[in-house]
This record gives sequence, structure tokens and C-alpha cells, in this order.
Amino acid sequence: MPSLPVTTGLGFKPEHFRDIAAAPGAVGFYEVHAENFMGDGGAPHAMLAHLHAGHALSIHGVGLSIGGAGPLDADHLARLRRLIDRHRPESFSEHLAWSSHGAAWLNDLLPLPYTTGTLATVCAHVDAVQQALGLRMLLENPATYVTFAASTWAETDFLAEVVRRTGCGLLLDVNNVFVSATNHRFDPRAYLAAFPLEAVGEIHLAGHDTEELPSGPLLIDSHGRAVADPVWSLYAEVLSRIGPRPTLIEWDSDVPPFAVLRAEADRARALLETRGRADAA
Amino acid sequence: MPPDSAHAATQAGFHAALWRPDPPQGLTAPAPDEVSRRFAVYRNNVHHSLSRALAAHFPVVAALVGPAFLTAMARVFIAEAPPASPVLQDWGAAFPGFLDRFPPVAHLPWLGDVARLEWARGRAVHAADAPAASADLLGVPDPEVLRLRLHASVALYRSDHPAVSIWRAHQPGAARGPLPPGPEHALVGRQPDFTVVVAPVDVGTHAVLSALARGETLARAAEHADPTIALTLLLRHGLITAPLTGDTP
Amino acid sequence: MTTKHLALPLAASVAAALSLAGAQAHAQGATMEKCFGVSLAGQNDCAAGPGTTCSGTSTVDYQGNAWTLVPAGTCETIDLPAMADGTGRMGALEELDRDLPPA
Repeated sequence: MPSLPVTTGLGFKPEHFRDIAAAPGAVGFYEVHAENFMGDGGAPHAMLAHLHAGHALSIHGVGLSIGGAGPLDADHLARLRRLIDRHRPESFSEHLAWSSHGAAWLNDLLPLPYTTGTLATVCAHVDAVQQALGLRMLLENPATYVTFAASTWAETDFLAEVVRRTGCGLLLDVNNVFVSATNHRFDPRAYLAAFPLEAVGEIHLAGHDTEELPSGPLLIDSHGRAVADPVWSLYAEVLSRIGPRPTLIEWDSDVPPFAVLRAEADRARALLETRGRADAA
Repeated sequence: MPPDSAHAATQAGFHAALWRPDPPQGLTAPAPDEVSRRFAVYRNNVHHSLSRALAAHFPVVAALVGPAFLTAMARVFIAEAPPASPVLQDWGAAFPGFLDRFPPVAHLPWLGDVARLEWARGRAVHAADAPAASADLLGVPDPEVLRLRLHASVALYRSDHPAVSIWRAHQPGAARGPLPPGPEHALVGRQPDFTVVVAPVDVGTHAVLSALARGETLARAAEHADPTIALTLLLRHGLITAPLTGDTP
Repeated sequence: MTTKHLALPLAASVAAALSLAGAQAHAQGATMEKCFGVSLAGQNDCAAGPGTTCSGTSTVDYQGNAWTLVPAGTCETIDLPAMADGTGRMGALEELDRDLPPA
């Protein structure tokens, strides 16, 4: 599978379709949520084909429940296979999270304890996905609001071990790092120092909301506003260390006009070019 | 790989707590007394995102009952019929039936039918593609034996209530007027430009279209009523995809 | 041929439909132009909802008559006519024309 161009991308929103058609090449790639393109036909697939004709395409799944204890949903894996065969994206990524329980799908990226048991489960699931789809997938680090007493692995070690055992790549969501670090009161730079950055095939940037708890702030991964300054700083530091990587701006709620998204992407591109090129690997 | 029973138990507890006031056991936070507020983010996300998806799929039902009621009602529906797959566009088939028997909307007997119309529209948005046939296909010497293949998006809709009129009154720019009595019928289908049309039809045209959709010949379909309106609608909206004649493939 | 007696009216219907259907302007001209306006029912996202944790803390345990909310949307303006008498709307062509988009 070819890879994403080392430039900026945007999450695709159908309401921006006309703007995108009028500004071809505004960014190098677009990313879509796989589950929104799993019907038989119609406008979604036509838009995707049109988008992909002029840009690279990243398909980002939110439904595989890779972090769930149960077996992967074979029907869903088959749907993903059909989608990937139909549109042949440059990248496929999913989340270190679970989202279904029994027969119910919960539509949120729920957290898992990091244990030797869940590590084996996640690795088996990533293996199964890569086998079924015939590609090397990227796994995204989560934004979390709670931790588990049962966890015996640091998240960074857990991810590094998944990479080592499965050969998958990672999608580094810098906003998620900042959200989790703030929420769990750890240093995001220490997290990034321990993160297997060499496996990063794509970076996500997004905005978050802030609530105040008695003990301090609780950040919510809302994807509903501009990327925060501390996240830009962390992003620049990551680029200085590993060189440029395909970078996506995610904005999923209170979606602004396309020009606002484009300005965020341009800001990322400036960093990619100044911070990323100097010591690019 | 043996199933991870400890993690399965963690998930079961987490899942159960999404519908209860207290967080599950085994969670930690820097300030332990804040676990409940932190867990509430997940509870909120699940309910909020699913009720938002339901409102997106049934926008006229949402407008009819208002956002606060929709959100509260969605919670009941979500607990009863949660999505069975991660493909949210496939979720909600049970919502019209739920509305038919949900006591707090019993005084709105047409609400389930409005939801059925919105569900048919949603199906049409995602139905398989097929190019529209040329109108020439009707210009044959023996149109009686023609069978038409209709686009996969086509649905024939019927309500005992004026549900089509209620739905239409909620479309942009629609004028509100007195409602006609039911029943009402409509043809739902997706045009080649991807817009989904809801065309109100009379009962006879509904019968003709239903017969054509079943694959009956034009002659058989025409026994129900004059097929002029049915054929006009199908041609105009590009909903005939290929002829299925008795003797040609 | 048993259907022969229908040939004339059916042919007339077909001819009328062909002329009423117009040029099928949109039918052949599938473009992306209207895509942006298509409602994609049921969107999947990977973001959190608005960060209103407080609204997640209340539970709703539906218990029949414990339900106190009442619908408060446009349903209040829906004024149904007297009970339907069972007759459908007639398919007059004027009405059809009104319902069709401009060709």
C-alpha cells in the first residue's frame, strides 16, 4: 500500500465538498471515517472517489473495537475490506480503544486497562486486521479521562510492544497526548520521550475543551475548536526529533468554514517545513 | 488466544455503568473522589453521540418533538435498541415501531410514519448505484410486456395519516397550510444527481408503482390505474435503470 | 396476445409520460454539484460530544408513568383534520407538476 504524502491533510466534511472542489490541492490528503462510507452507493462514495482523484486518502476507522476482549466483528472487517478494495486509500488507521459490548455498539472510544492480557488481545486483533485487509495499519494513542487500577503497563510501553509484535505503525495524536497528560497529571514531554516515535506514520492535531475539577483541569477531546498552543509546541518538538510526518487537522463538531480549517493546516505545514526538514531522517 | 476474562469483566462493568449513576469499580484518577465526574464524560459521550446520530437520521421527528424530548427519548431507545453495528447509517430501523408504542407520544399517532419516511430517505441516500436508463426504452412496439427495473433506492410509502404532508411542511421554504386527511402515499427514490425525492402520489399511482417495483409488466401494472403519472415520475427522477423484458435479457 | 386490447391506452400513457417527463436534464447529468447538500444520515465521528460532563451524570431510568417530559417541538402546530375518510388524494396532473422540480 502506498503511503500518505508527507504534508498536511484535513478531515473531510461533506459540507466542504464545494470548497474543496474549488481549491484543489489546498492540502495534500483528506481523511474520512470509514463507517460513514459503508453504504452500497450514492453520494458518499461518489464524493470519496472525486476527492481521491485529486488527493491522497486516509481511511480512519472508529468501529473495530480493537481494544475489546471479544473477537473482532467479522462482518465489520469484511465491510472494511470492501471499502478499502473499492477506494484503495493510502493509509488505514484505527484506535487503541473499545466501542462495542455484546451486541451493542456504543459509538465512543472507550479506554482499556494496559495488562499482559489486554496486550495479547490487542496484538491478536491488530494481526487479524492487517491480515484481513492486507496492509500495515496505524494504531492511534487514545485521549482518556480515567485510568485503571489493573494497569501494569505504561501506555507508551504498551504501544511499543504492539508495534514490536505486530509490525503495525502508529498514529500519534498530539492533542490526545496533551489531553491525557493534563487529565492524569503527567508530563507530556516525558510521554513523548518514551513514545516509539520511529513507528509514527501520521500525526493528528485537534482542539479540546476544558472543564475545571476541584483538583485541576479536565480536558475533553472535543475536536470542536482550534488546536491549542501547547499542542502546537509539542507538535513542533516532535517534528524536530523525527522529521516531517503526514499531519492531519481534525475538526468534527461545530465544524467551521473550510477557510478556517485550511488556515490550521497551513499553520501545520509551516511547522512541517521549518521544524521538520532541518534534521529530517 | 484464550479470551481475556478479566478484561471482559472490566468491559461489562464499564458498559453497565453507562446506564447507572455510579462509575464502575477499578477506575482511578489523581483525585480519587473525581472518578465519578471523569467517568461521566464517557457516559455523556455515548448518550450524546447516539442521540445526535438519531436526530441526524430523523431530523423531522426531532423537530416535531423538540431537542430536549428527543434527547430524553433517545436514551430510552438506545437502551432498548442500541446500534448493532458501527455503521450508524444502518441504525434506527426499529425507531418508527418504537414511536408507535412509546406512551409519551401516543397522542402523536402519525409520528412513527414520519420516521418511516425518514428511514426510507436514509436508505435511499446509501442505496447501490445504477445509471438511469434512457427514456427510449419505453418507445417499443409492445410496451405492454415491458418490465422495468427500478433503482435500488426506490421505496413505495404509505401512511394512514398525512405523514407525507407533515414531513413536507418541515422542508426548507415549505409553507405551512392545513393538513389533508390521510391516508397518504409517496414515491421515494434517489435521482442521478444524488438528491432523494419524496413525490406524493395518489393511491392508484402507488398501486401501479408497487406493481412495477414487483417486476410486473406494464400491462399488469396498468390494471390498477392509469400509469401515466407513475411513468412520468420514474422517468423524470431517473428511477428506471434497465428494462427487464420477458424475452430479452 | 391477450394484452392487445390495452395497447392503445397504454401507448398513450407512455407517450404522455415521455412528454411530461421533460428532457431528463438531471438524469443524465450526474454531477458533484449537489453532493454538498446531501444529508448523510447518521454520521460516525471519533470526537467527544460537547464537554458537558454534567449532562452525563443524570440517569434516565424510564419507568412508564415516571416519564414527565412532553414533546415540545413543531408537533404543537400540527393540526390534523377530522378523522380521515379513507379517500386518497387524486392524482391530478396540476398537483403532479407542482411537486416536480423544474426540468
